[in-house]
Amino acid sequence: MTTTSSYPDRGSRGSGWTAVEKEELERAVRERQAGFWLYLLSDALIFALLFATWAVMADRIATGPDTRSLLDLNKAFVETMLLLSSSFTFGLATLELRADRVRNCLLWMAVTFLLGAAFLGFELTEFMGLIDQGAGPDVSGSLSSFFTLVGTHGLHVTAGLVWLAVSFIQLLVIGNDIQLCARIERLGMFWHFLDIVWIGIFTFVYLWGAAA
Amino acid sequence: MTFLGRLGIDSLPFYSPVAFAGAATEVLAALMILALVTWKGWWKPLFRDWIATVDHKKIGIMYLFLAGVMLLRGFADAMLMRLQQAMALNSDGYLPPEHFNQIFSAHGTIMIFFMAMPFLTGLINIVVPLQIGARDVAFPFLNAVSFWLTGAGAALVLLSLVIGKFSTAGWTAYPPFSENSFTPGPGVDYWIWAVLVAGAGSTMTGINVLVTILMRRAPGMSLMRMPLFTWTALVTSILMVFAFPALTTSSAMLALDRTLGFHFFTNGDGGNMMNYANLFWIWGHPEVYILILPAFGIYSEVVATFSDKRLFGYTSLVFATAVIGVLSFTVWLHHFFTMGASANVNAVFGIATMIIAVPTGVKVFDWLFTMYRGSIRLTTPMYWTIGFMVTFVIGGATGVLLAIPPVDFLMHNSVFLVAHFHNMLIPGALFGFFAGFSYWFPKAFGYRLDETWGKRAFWAWITGFYIAFMPLYALGFMGMPRRMEHYDVAGWQPLLITAAIGAVFILAGIACQIVQLYVSWKNRESLCDTTGDPWDGRTLEWMTSSPPKPWNFDRIPTVHSLDEFAWRKETAGFVDEPGAPDVIALPKDSLLPMAIGASAFIFGFAMIWHIWWLAIMALLTILAMLTATGFTRDSGLRIIRIENRDAARAEVASS
Repeated sequence: MTTTSSYPDRGSRGSGWTAVEKEELERAVRERQAGFWLYLLSDALIFALLFATWAVMADRIATGPDTRSLLDLNKAFVETMLLLSSSFTFGLATLELRADRVRNCLLWMAVTFLLGAAFLGFELTEFMGLIDQGAGPDVSGSLSSFFTLVGTHGLHVTAGLVWLAVSFIQLLVIGNDIQLCARIERLGMFWHFLDIVWIGIFTFVYLWGAAA
Repeated sequence: MTFLGRLGIDSLPFYSPVAFAGAATEVLAALMILALVTWKGWWKPLFRDWIATVDHKKIGIMYLFLAGVMLLRGFADAMLMRLQQAMALNSDGYLPPEHFNQIFSAHGTIMIFFMAMPFLTGLINIVVPLQIGARDVAFPFLNAVSFWLTGAGAALVLLSLVIGKFSTAGWTAYPPFSENSFTPGPGVDYWIWAVLVAGAGSTMTGINVLVTILMRRAPGMSLMRMPLFTWTALVTSILMVFAFPALTTSSAMLALDRTLGFHFFTNGDGGNMMNYANLFWIWGHPEVYILILPAFGIYSEVVATFSDKRLFGYTSLVFATAVIGVLSFTVWLHHFFTMGASANVNAVFGIATMIIAVPTGVKVFDWLFTMYRGSIRLTTPMYWTIGFMVTFVIGGATGVLLAIPPVDFLMHNSVFLVAHFHNMLIPGALFGFFAGFSYWFPKAFGYRLDETWGKRAFWAWITGFYIAFMPLYALGFMGMPRRMEHYDVAGWQPLLITAAIGAVFILAGIACQIVQLYVSWKNRESLCDTTGDPWDGRTLEWMTSSPPKPWNFDRIPTVHSLDEFAWRKETAGFVDEPGAPDVIALPKDSLLPMAIGASAFIFGFAMIWHIWWLAIMALLTILAMLTATGFTRDSGLRIIRIENRDAARAEVASS
């Protein structure tokens, strides 16, 4: 568990706060971190159930095309690389923030955003391509579960990108302080969590698809 | 697609006079409340003291209010059904089938999601921070958001009576019936979005309570010194965090099927409706324990206090609670033994189900042994507790019966099942909440409830319960399926009339409870709790004033023992250290949680009626509000300086 002492306290907004307020906020940061872990566990269960649904429904193609043979492993590999390197650059951003080098942090956050957006772009073109081929989510149970599993991950990435953009502006406006530093760290947990989920998707959707 | 989606003038309830009367009553009641608040000039205090509050005690009281309102609505549905079934031998009764189906769907949905859940969440909110010696929950703002999301879900269900129709697919919304091909229209969508919005609130409540209990306990309060109610709140919260995702997933999939033409659960095109049954009950069975465990905690507190003894077998009760929590995830298939699993799978789930009876039996014995040789005071909470113990055991026995797959093949989908789960949830959850309500009422409001009317309510309720539900067991053996709008078996009618009479007794019980509230409020001077400890309590919540100050305790107590307050009373020569901090930080009130709840309500409404632009705007509003909070330079705390303690108290009292 992270201790608050490792957070820099350099922002503009905390300067007028009393000792009691600071103490409360440090405790709040610890509690929010714990709460966020619980949220991630809960979210992980949603993905677990979506994976289970995919396992049950992947072959229920009815009169539609075979979902697994439609998937492009090369594209998925590029997506994987984009997302994994965005996780690495986010890690660098967090380290810079901890060391209170805000400009470097902003730079790495921008790189992370671009990588994440590129990932999303690839995913959307893949979805569009499938729909154009007549393989949209309303064609079969198999495609419904594919689009929902991968799309839910994509929605999470979108939410992460919005959060990233907001944090970027916050860092510019407010400066680095305990609250913001911890919040960006939680965003990091979220971002790495999405990586882990994607590894599952790459394995159980795309690699399994390539085997088909 | 029009500007208002599929909303139109034909959405108003002209299809059934009973539905129209219900809708009119609801609208009139709402208007009367608005008029009363305006006439009395209550808007300002209402906003300042209640709607904007993030105080866990006030949020708890608002949950209880919501639960009370929804209990009345859910019970009205029950009365309508009992009357219909008492009349409808070889006739149509007075309710058209379409309306009857809405009523049983609404009854179940309301009682589970919008009566029982708010009731237990309200009690947990009021009591748990006090029991662990904390100033508030870990996330007070989020707590308020959870409440308003629950309120938004409840409001959607209430609205369905006035605009459009509610689901006719039962409270479980099983596909394929709940799919567009069989049930077009907004009904099932009302169910989906009410459940999704409220379910998000429950998940966040679970996280909140869990972090509160794990990280905000007073110094010295190890896990095994926590009061049993706090233990059950902990396990219930774990279940909420881990079970609600399944409900979110299954309901969202159903929404995708209905709104975007996906094929998760449809008949054709590769849909798999068994997946819905699995996902729904992976949430649904733990949900039973989410409802029942806190009630077990309440019974434990009540029994110990009113037997003036330490709880017998505290450790075994803690372990039994935890074991029930784990086992609750291993039995979901017993809700659909007949849906095609193999005999071996059924046997595994049947045995797992029977095993749950073991820790539950441990608990019953622990309560009985706590009473054994105790000096028992027969107060209203104790009445509910003893009534529970006797009645619940019958329900448990019928549950073990149903856990045997071959028996279940005979009894499933009959009113025997209806009798069984009412026999679990009415004594097992509701009686517990009533016990907790009268037990902690003085803590929350500062005066006790009238005992005479409380006992009258108990006798009416328990008599009514037996008269209403024992006939259903017999009817189940006679082969009566559940959810019958009319029937042609003359032999059923006498028992159905008996059941309707039972419902009238329960109505009398509810009336007694309303009278009890009025009488107690009228006599609040003489029932006043001046000491903060009206029952000679054993746990920390009784160590502070009734109602507690906004910061709960002047000084956070140090805990030396299980039942700390009883320990302090019994330990000769114990003197608490003097002194208390003179500066206390409390979270600031905010109207944002209400605004988020309101936006979630509008979002749900827009999704139900396919008003896409409005749904997008509501979502963006929530996003904007959350983003704005991130930019405040304020610490979000208000600092209370207690230089002169009495003056501070007076100041709080007057504000």
